Amino acid sequence: MAQTSPKPLSFQGLILTLQNYWAAQGCVILQPFDTEVGAGTLHPATVLRSLGPKPWNVAYVQPSRRPADGRYGENPNRLQHYYQFQVIMKPNPPNYQELYLGSLEAIGIDMDLHDIRFVEDDWENPTVGAWGLGWEVWCDGMEVSQYTYFQQVGGMDLDMVSGELTYGLERLAMYVQNVDNVYDLVFTEANEANGTPEVLYGDVFHQNEVQQSTYNFEHADTDKILEKFKFAEAECMHLLGLEKPLPLPAYEHALKASHLFNLLDARGVVSPTQRQEYIKRVRDLAKGCAEAHVANEKTIKEKAWS
Amino acid sequence: MAEFLFEIFCEEIPARMQVRAGADLSKALTDGLKKAGLTVENEHCYTGPRRLVFTADIPLRSPDISEERKGPRVGSPEQALAGFMRGAGLSDISEAQIRTDPKKGEYYVAVIEKSGEDSAAIIAGLIPDIMNNFPWPKSMKSGRSNFRWVRPLQSMICLLGGKTIEFEVGGITSGNTTEGHRRHGKGPFSIEHFDDYKKTLEGKGKVILSAETRKELIIEQARQACSAKGLELVEDEGLLNEVAGLAEWPVVILGDMDPSFLELPGEVIRLSMRTHQKYFAVRDPKTGELAPNFVVVANQDAPDGGVEIAKGNSKVLSARLADAQFFQSEDAKKKLIEYYDKLDTVVFHKKLGSIRDKAERVAALARELAPKVGADADAAEQAAKLAKCDLVTQTVVEFTSLQGQIGAQMYRRESGDADIATAIEQHYKPQGPSDAVPTNPVTVAVALADKLDTLVGFWAIDEKPTGSKDPFALRRAALGVVRIILENEKPIDLHEILGGHFMYPMKISSGSLADGGGYGFGGQIDFLIELGLIMSGGGYGGPENEKEGFFKSAIVPEYVDSLLTFILDRLKVYLRDKGVRHDIIESVLGSGEDDLVAIVNRVTALQSFLGTSEGENLLAGYKRAANILKAEAKKGDLPSGDIDTLSQTEALALQQSLSKAKPAIETALAEESYSTAMTALSELRGPIDAFFDNVMVVAEDKIERENNLRLLGLIRDTARQIADFDRING
Repeated sequence: MAQTSPKPLSFQGLILTLQNYWAAQGCVILQPFDTEVGAGTLHPATVLRSLGPKPWNVAYVQPSRRPADGRYGENPNRLQHYYQFQVIMKPNPPNYQELYLGSLEAIGIDMDLHDIRFVEDDWENPTVGAWGLGWEVWCDGMEVSQYTYFQQVGGMDLDMVSGELTYGLERLAMYVQNVDNVYDLVFTEANEANGTPEVLYGDVFHQNEVQQSTYNFEHADTDKILEKFKFAEAECMHLLGLEKPLPLPAYEHALKASHLFNLLDARGVVSPTQRQEYIKRVRDLAKGCAEAHVANEKTIKEKAWS
Repeated sequence: MAEFLFEIFCEEIPARMQVRAGADLSKALTDGLKKAGLTVENEHCYTGPRRLVFTADIPLRSPDISEERKGPRVGSPEQALAGFMRGAGLSDISEAQIRTDPKKGEYYVAVIEKSGEDSAAIIAGLIPDIMNNFPWPKSMKSGRSNFRWVRPLQSMICLLGGKTIEFEVGGITSGNTTEGHRRHGKGPFSIEHFDDYKKTLEGKGKVILSAETRKELIIEQARQACSAKGLELVEDEGLLNEVAGLAEWPVVILGDMDPSFLELPGEVIRLSMRTHQKYFAVRDPKTGELAPNFVVVANQDAPDGGVEIAKGNSKVLSARLADAQFFQSEDAKKKLIEYYDKLDTVVFHKKLGSIRDKAERVAALARELAPKVGADADAAEQAAKLAKCDLVTQTVVEFTSLQGQIGAQMYRRESGDADIATAIEQHYKPQGPSDAVPTNPVTVAVALADKLDTLVGFWAIDEKPTGSKDPFALRRAALGVVRIILENEKPIDLHEILGGHFMYPMKISSGSLADGGGYGFGGQIDFLIELGLIMSGGGYGGPENEKEGFFKSAIVPEYVDSLLTFILDRLKVYLRDKGVRHDIIESVLGSGEDDLVAIVNRVTALQSFLGTSEGENLLAGYKRAANILKAEAKKGDLPSGDIDTLSQTEALALQQSLSKAKPAIETALAEESYSTAMTALSELRGPIDAFFDNVMVVAEDKIERENNLRLLGLIRDTARQIADFDRING
């Protein structure tokens, strides 16, 4: 067992613990972004806020959708919808590694019994033109987090470096609870006083995996999705082309385009050469948004609302 | 002398960069200190996951230097004096000394005294400069700072003779404290000397400073852990180097796994362990087969003796191997050839189509090469088509380095032809200068065809390597061609083969080129060579029935020459590495020969011939003849026509020898019997020597002179049949 406390954290307990831990470090606790994204990084609280010269510290859970990873609820490790916990500290504090290790301790990983390693990893996300250096963090050989110092976002060099932490929540919970099947995770513990039952991850999400996989692989209307992709792309470019560009709504449309492309990809209708082409189109949108955002930020006064 | 100790402490440095970084730091410091006039002794360097350490003995101060600078003569013009004073830093000419020289007279000398500098000051100036320009393969900024390091810098120790030298790099000030192992001995520790630094870190700090020591510890512990269970470690130097860079306090743990995973190919297991998890594999010494165990190197002593760590790692490995098992059973649902069409979904190069397009071309070329290398044409063609099929299997997508092996294994399980299976497995070979060359004829045909097609393709689209840039590894492909041909001694007429492949019939309309190439051409592409033309904005506009002839005669020869030159350049490098003299290679390559085996035989025969006294003298004779001809050619045209009459005995004898040697050499060359040709040539040594000893070549008499020169011309032409002796250094 991977914990020191007698009872390991439930899935929601894990989230709450991480939220409390990072709130105590001075992070804004945000809620998930309400557009489908492929990774927590894509939340504007990371992509756009890591640009420019203003400090920014945030932590949030982000549901991530990767249609091609769907397995109809039959694979114990793979999901098309899963959760990431994301932390951004900008500028990264000098003791960021220590803070991170503290978070592992907080969720019940006994650092004397377990072997934590920082293994080289050069991270990049071509769809948002971002890259950074850092590590995969291993706990007894298992990757439990991605730890990155951003160097470029939206194709632009950063004025101030953000330290990004991404925890794969399901995998981390499986480790902490010592279960082999994601659907067996305890999502919520029973409350004997109220008589509420224990709820498992499968109770919450198994049907969703079955149905969404069926939709993604079998029913998604590729012609219509392609139209939606084109619309999202056009809308994004339109918003960026305005006399006073609107980078925040434009970025949402770039995210929609990115997700729609992922859907097309999962349906197997994208040839390898087209694939590169689509990724480039989405990257151009994200880059445009990032540039417009940086330009816009310069014109905004402190406390512009007052 | 005082002890200099410098430690850079930072967040985890990628394992693969540590040793190099240590060497770079050591060199930069040593060079910098020496340049500042300090002697550097006993320098040592230590590297680890979180620190680079340098120690040396240096003096506390650099020596005083007195430098003299010579100036102009006394009484020189104002301007000259001003320039001298400026250069020497004098404010008045009276500050200079006056010396006297018997030749020069009186002149000025400036004596510049430079007093030595404190080593501490030198170091404080040197280190920030080194660190700000450190050659990391990749570096990063952190926080608000513009300073770049491999990962965030945490602290620096800088001590000289026990005293701290203070300076600032990237917002961090150097001091005399460091940290030890994160869990076991964090510290901080104050340090005065290297001795207590080492003692403290390796004691309370639980950090083994030297990478070599960590490696010894790991290998020793690993061997013991295995032999205690009657097992044997599968040693792996590369992996050992890596794990020694991942742990400050290495602790070896033997883990186990479900024995049913041993049904997987050993390579898959080893790769899963090595690349994904950085574990050593373990074998059973009795059978030599892999055992259901692994060795993991942890970074700490766990209170439970590593039970939990072993369990956790075993679980991760099981998940990895379960994936591999799943991939393999999925892959086995289809026969290897059934993956062929799917190769269309993988782009080889966007201008050269998919891997399937490439496989088609390679199959056609392998068929053509087969008879030349003693292979069955059908087998070669079939092997070429099968060779790439495993690229789209899930196993190879996951374990790319198993390409070829997985295909061969699947094909063998289908009870396919053994030669074809070998070709599938080995057709990528040789992958580097030290990789083995395939010898099975079918493999040779496919391996050659694969590489030649790559070269011809990239030549056709004008993507040749330039300078240090060779993104498609074309030099390696060409060296592969050279080695396969030479080490199998297969004479291949490269001119013909390359020319033919440039004219490979393209099926452009159906391939992935049509939508991916982005040429926007209107017409039809019929031949591979056309790609280059279309991309440079051209195209064929002539009558259809003349198209093939046009490309064959007007375009292809130039491409073939360029590519052949490229391949011959690799041959030069290959031969030079084998110790063949550069000038000898050059002398043979000019002949226009395209059969690499013949070239090398000729080079070898020539080199050994030139090593004999016959060869040496003959070369001297040749040079003498050639020089005379050159000198005479400057005076006017050399006489043409045949020799009519020769009067002197030695000239006649030489003529006779030449008329015997010439046909003998021709016959020998036609039979590619180069040593026979050399022997025939060496027969000329005596007559040539005698000729030069006794005959006045540039005679007074015009007729005699012209005949002598014709004779020399004949010597030159005869020798040049074998090689261009002008290029050989005499």
